[in-house]
Amino acid sequence: MNRPAWLAAAHYAMLCGLALLCTAPIVVIFATSLRQQVDIFAAPLNFIFTPTLENYRAVLDEDNFDRYLVNSLFVGLVSTLLTLALGCMAAYGLARLRFKGRTSIAYTTLLLRTVPLAVLAVPVFLIWTEWKLVNSLWGLVLLYVAVNLPFTIWLLYGFVLQVPVELEEAAAIDGCGPVRVFTKVLLPLMAPGLAAASIFTFRIAWNEFILALVLTDRHTRTLPVAASLFITDIGVDWGRVMAMGSLIAIPPLIFTFVAARQIITGLTAGAVKG
Amino acid sequence: MRTPCWVPALYLGPAVIVMVAACLYPVLSAFQLAGYDWAMGTPWSTARWVGWDNFVSALSNSRVWSSLGTTLLFAALCVSAEMVLGIALALALEHPVRGMAFFRTLFILPMMIAPIAVGLAWRYLFDAQFGLVNALLEVAGLSAQTWLADPTLAFAAIVVADIWQWTPFVFIIMIAALAGVDGSVIDAARIDGACWWQQVLLVKLPMVMHVIAITLMMRLIDAFRVLEVIYVLTFGGPGDSTEILALHIYKTAFVGQQLGVAAAVSVLLLVVVVLLSWGALRLSNPMKGEPR
Repeated sequence: MNRPAWLAAAHYAMLCGLALLCTAPIVVIFATSLRQQVDIFAAPLNFIFTPTLENYRAVLDEDNFDRYLVNSLFVGLVSTLLTLALGCMAAYGLARLRFKGRTSIAYTTLLLRTVPLAVLAVPVFLIWTEWKLVNSLWGLVLLYVAVNLPFTIWLLYGFVLQVPVELEEAAAIDGCGPVRVFTKVLLPLMAPGLAAASIFTFRIAWNEFILALVLTDRHTRTLPVAASLFITDIGVDWGRVMAMGSLIAIPPLIFTFVAARQIITGLTAGAVKG
Repeated sequence: MRTPCWVPALYLGPAVIVMVAACLYPVLSAFQLAGYDWAMGTPWSTARWVGWDNFVSALSNSRVWSSLGTTLLFAALCVSAEMVLGIALALALEHPVRGMAFFRTLFILPMMIAPIAVGLAWRYLFDAQFGLVNALLEVAGLSAQTWLADPTLAFAAIVVADIWQWTPFVFIIMIAALAGVDGSVIDAARIDGACWWQQVLLVKLPMVMHVIAITLMMRLIDAFRVLEVIYVLTFGGPGDSTEILALHIYKTAFVGQQLGVAAAVSVLLLVVVVLLSWGALRLSNPMKGEPR
């Protein structure tokens, strides 16, 4: 069916309008980070200003910036790797094996996905204190792996189900052991699911700051916690906090542009099949 | 195929141990903690058993009730606006066009970016003196508002920020769902003389009702998890006008240092969310209808 040209034009106009709405606040973060202090408090519709890297220099010169960056990278990457490894195994077990307690494990996992992080804050603070995990990066990693596993298992479970069992059986008959069946047959077919799961896990571990604020000190702080400290009772140090916000936003932005399709697969998993 | 019982343990064991230790066990110990009077910075051994006192003091605290009200209103407003907007936009823009992949990429950006950055961006936009929102209002000939200093407007601000962040989620899911509707059914309706409205209301929407229900539940559950954006945007203020339960818990525990009372409120929030999740599981069970 051919659509009249004006309809197509209206369609694109609307898409562009929505795209502008979605990206404007993000552009504001980057634009403000490039403004000088005087420009930040000037008329907001004044879009022409001399960009400066002063705010970035100030943030990077901060005593512990490199330490916070390393902390954030460590927590983000290690949490993602562990979540993927454990999540893959669990999803495979749930999808392929029949055993007692399977349904209760599956249901509990789904319920844990819904627990608000605020509910975890108080008990985790107590338990981590007892276990000597407060102010330790491993304490954060353990927490992020645990809160990301339910979603990861749920997502990967769907991907394992889509792989025909016959494929695995054929590989087994051809002499592959269980480990090789898993790594050579299953993992490549689950690649889009793995990509989505790793982006979502990294996003949480990299962006989260309330639990990190509670569980870290000035040695183990992550970048979002450091950024939140620019917001004080007296006011907000806009230039620096926006520079910090921009730096934090860069990895998720890169992932989004590189792997938008996988992210959408992950977003729609559970609601729309296929 | 019969599997020896150590095989499932091998596959599931590690994940189950981590989830139990760092998620299930903390959630359950919130119930136990709620029975103790425990102040921050003191060793756990000095905590005093007070039974139901924390629940009594939480439930007789008008701030907890107003916070529960704020949470429910926030969730109801955000989720209904996001659903209506997302579905309407998806219906208007469902026709596949060139370059949609690029637009979709832009639409998921609000969900991918750190909540702390989202909160900051909106706090800056809503600023009374140098915010873009007020500047645009003035261009339109309307008077500027002190957005984050007025209880009602501050509440509107957190709702707007959430709608901005999550409407694309509904939109993207609905586009995918509508693309899956069998075109011949729509053709049949058109041949039978159904106008556009009838096609939408009587054919398309009923066919994707299942997806709408699941999306609604996902949004509702996540609306109760919102915390960080509001922490940055208003920190619950002015007064307690934007203090949702999650933020109330944080403040009670780590500003007011009453960990026992905070645990009692945590249990309250958990009950609300678990009730919702139970409903969600009944609607969308990924393990439904498969052989045991």
